[in-house]
Amino acid sequence: MTLADVPEVSTAIDDQGAEVPAIIKGTGHLPEMRVDPIALFHRVREECGDVGRFRLADKQVVLVTGAEANEAFFRAPEDVLDQAAAYPFMTPIFGRGVVFDASPEERQQMLKNQALRGEMMRGHARTIEAEIRRMVADWGDEGEIDLLDFFAELTIYTTSSCLIGKPFRDQLDGSFAEIYHRLEHGTDAIAYVDPYADIESFRIRDQAREELVAKVQAIIAARVARAESIEGGIPKQDRDLLDVLVAVGYDAEMVTGIFISMMFAGHHTSSGTASWAMIELLRHPDVMESVVAELDGLYAPDSHGAAPEVSFQALRSIPVLEAALKETLRLHPPLVILMRLVQEDFDLLGRTIPAGTVLAASPRVSNRIEEDFPKADEFDPGRYVDPRQEDLQNRWTWIPFGAGKHRCVGNAFAMMQLKAIFSVILRDFTFEPVQPLDSYRDDFTKMVIQLAQPARVRYRRRAGEAS
Amino acid sequence: MRVVADTGLCQGHQLCQGEAPDVFGFDADADVVVVLHEHPAEERRPDVAAAVKYCPAFALSIEED
Repeated sequence: MTLADVPEVSTAIDDQGAEVPAIIKGTGHLPEMRVDPIALFHRVREECGDVGRFRLADKQVVLVTGAEANEAFFRAPEDVLDQAAAYPFMTPIFGRGVVFDASPEERQQMLKNQALRGEMMRGHARTIEAEIRRMVADWGDEGEIDLLDFFAELTIYTTSSCLIGKPFRDQLDGSFAEIYHRLEHGTDAIAYVDPYADIESFRIRDQAREELVAKVQAIIAARVARAESIEGGIPKQDRDLLDVLVAVGYDAEMVTGIFISMMFAGHHTSSGTASWAMIELLRHPDVMESVVAELDGLYAPDSHGAAPEVSFQALRSIPVLEAALKETLRLHPPLVILMRLVQEDFDLLGRTIPAGTVLAASPRVSNRIEEDFPKADEFDPGRYVDPRQEDLQNRWTWIPFGAGKHRCVGNAFAMMQLKAIFSVILRDFTFEPVQPLDSYRDDFTKMVIQLAQPARVRYRRRAGEAS
Repeated sequence: MRVVADTGLCQGHQLCQGEAPDVFGFDADADVVVVLHEHPAEERRPDVAAAVKYCPAFALSIEED
């Protein structure tokens, strides 16, 4: 069985070139994926069509795009395609022994049992609104923020509070977000050769993880000491997931790994999307104006002076804002490639993909397919207005959240969070760029893509909104 | 209209039941949506359309008869 009938993409960077680090010499397209993965993935579609391939060291990667191939990818049986093995850069971050992702059955069970249930959303919405207000409380009337710093810190607080619990979140400060960021940055594609290679970004990653374990260890110690000092232990309302994990005997190392993995999927993704939504709104003042007008209308007090709470409205329809958020997600999907390791020979549209191959889909490429999304590179929230509905019309190519059984289980939570964030900050403040609009960009040199810094914006309290 | 649910995609969020409880039910054993009324009356369209739009799994659709 071979991959000979799947065309291979051309090479843009010589993998024996002088500028290629010794550890990844001869690894095919790996040197290019480390510096410009977007160009590589787009070129696969341009040169090879819906099914093409490239090489990362000893792994052949078959990249599919387009509705038909994407559907085959997303509908593939669970036991044929394995996620964890396809993301070697995550293992040192979560720690050995911590699961990468649960099976659909386990995910469904988790969904039913806890944090992401529909009926839990109201409480999460309240938590998120409170966290945003806490973050802007010391903003004063005007000032500057860096979008990455601001949203990365905010989403540490929201994800920890909603998924782990408020007592744990209340032990965190900005330093936790800073350490977590260093961890996310330790996702160099060199991990495809050796996730424990002796390179600077992996040393920084491992140091950051040790610092997180130390912080969690201190929080556990304080929790245990408090429990011992109170008759009957910590009162029920002050307990959270941390107490449960300690009670079943997990140590700080394991607890930290579990928390990192729980927070990971919802952190850089939400943070990046909030940042890009702000940037796109600044780039399109007409859209910003219509979003602000919609929010002002929705939250305007009625004749009795009563106005809906953000935590209520964020769970309901806010169509203009939602369309702007969807369009942000289409153009700037937080994950540019989704990968699975083929466990047994797999039939993909008549071609046999042998076991050991990595099969991949690219939200970044599929979300910009011109036939499905006319003028695909343009930011146009009108795509989601009836009757166009380009997201629902293109379920297998509008894939910022993936698709199928593994479609991001937190997507309703994420949309609620984004709606709450913009409901609060756009009603109280106006924003303007403080650097050229085309200078805001992503840093694609790591597998976890983050906004490149600086990404600064200026805020000013709106007239009539006394501080 | 005809309401279609793809139980191969449903993740069991149950948000559709909030939008149109008369059209969407839930099979607790299989953990997936059940369409109670495949051909709801036309005046149910706004709620059914909202259920389709906000389904976190993109598992629902409306087909025109």
